[in-house]
Amino acid sequence: MMYELAGGTLIGLAAALLWLGIGRISGMTGVLSSVFQSWQPQRRWALWFLAGLLLAYPLFRLLGGEAPVVITDHKGLLAAAGLLVGFGTYIGNGCTSGHGVCGMGRLSVRSTVATITFILAGVATVAMMNQLGVQV
Amino acid sequence: MNRQRLSSLVALASGLIFGFGLLVSGMNNPAKVRAFLDVFGAWEPALIAVMGSAVTVFALAFWLGRKRSAPVCASVFHEPTLTRIDARLLSGAILFGVGWGLVGLCPGPALVNIFTLNTDVLLFVAALLLGNRLAHLVVGPAK
Repeated sequence: MMYELAGGTLIGLAAALLWLGIGRISGMTGVLSSVFQSWQPQRRWALWFLAGLLLAYPLFRLLGGEAPVVITDHKGLLAAAGLLVGFGTYIGNGCTSGHGVCGMGRLSVRSTVATITFILAGVATVAMMNQLGVQV
Repeated sequence: MNRQRLSSLVALASGLIFGFGLLVSGMNNPAKVRAFLDVFGAWEPALIAVMGSAVTVFALAFWLGRKRSAPVCASVFHEPTLTRIDARLLSGAILFGVGWGLVGLCPGPALVNIFTLNTDVLLFVAALLLGNRLAHLVVGPAK
C-alpha cells in the first residue's frame, strides 16, 4: 500500500504543479491529441509534458527502480483495446487522469460520472472475460 | 529565464513526476490494473490508494488556486467549461472502460511504458493513436 500512496501522491503533485504553474489540466487524452496539433502554440506545453512522461521510464530504471509490465501478447486483443481506449477517451473528453484525478479533484459532477462509468465498464469487461474463460 | 521557457520547464517537470508516480504506484502494470478491476474475482483493491491520494493532493492544489487570479507562470487558469452529462460523454466512457478492462492500459500508463520497447505495448500505443484520430474524424474537434 505504501507504493500506491507514494505514487498517487506524486501523480497529485505533478497535476498540482501543472495547474498552479501554468493553469493546465494534466489529462493524458489531451496530451495524446496534442501529438496531432503540434503546430498550435497553445498546445506546446502538452508536448513538453509528453517529453517528461516519456523520459520517466528510462530515468526510473537508471536510478535502479523496478517497474514490471505484465501484458497480454494477444495481438488482436491489444489492437482492439488500443482502438477502444483511443476512440472512447477522445469522444468522452478524458480518461483516468483528466476525469479521474483532475476532474474529481475539481469536484466536477461530469468527470465523476465519467470516472464511475469507465470503472464500471472495466469491471464488467474483466468479469465477462473471466466468465467466458478468456485468459490474458 | 523568460516566462515561456519557465512554462515549458514546468510542463516537462510535471510530465516527469507524473510518470514517476505511475511507475512507483504500479499503475503502469496492466496485470495489476486488471487485478484491480477484477472485483468479482481475485480482487486487488490496492490501486484505490493511487486514485485516492492523487485526487486528494490535486483537490488541495485546486482549492489553493482559487485564491489566485492567475497561475504562477501563465496568465490564465484553463479550467474545463463542459458540465453536460450526455450520450457522448457516457458512450465515450463505456468504450474506454471496455478497452481498459481488455488489456489493463489507459492512456497515461501506455505512454509511460513506450520506452520499455515491449512490442505488445507499442502495438497498443499505435492502436491508441489510431483510435484517437478515428474519433477526431467521426466527431470533429474535441469538446
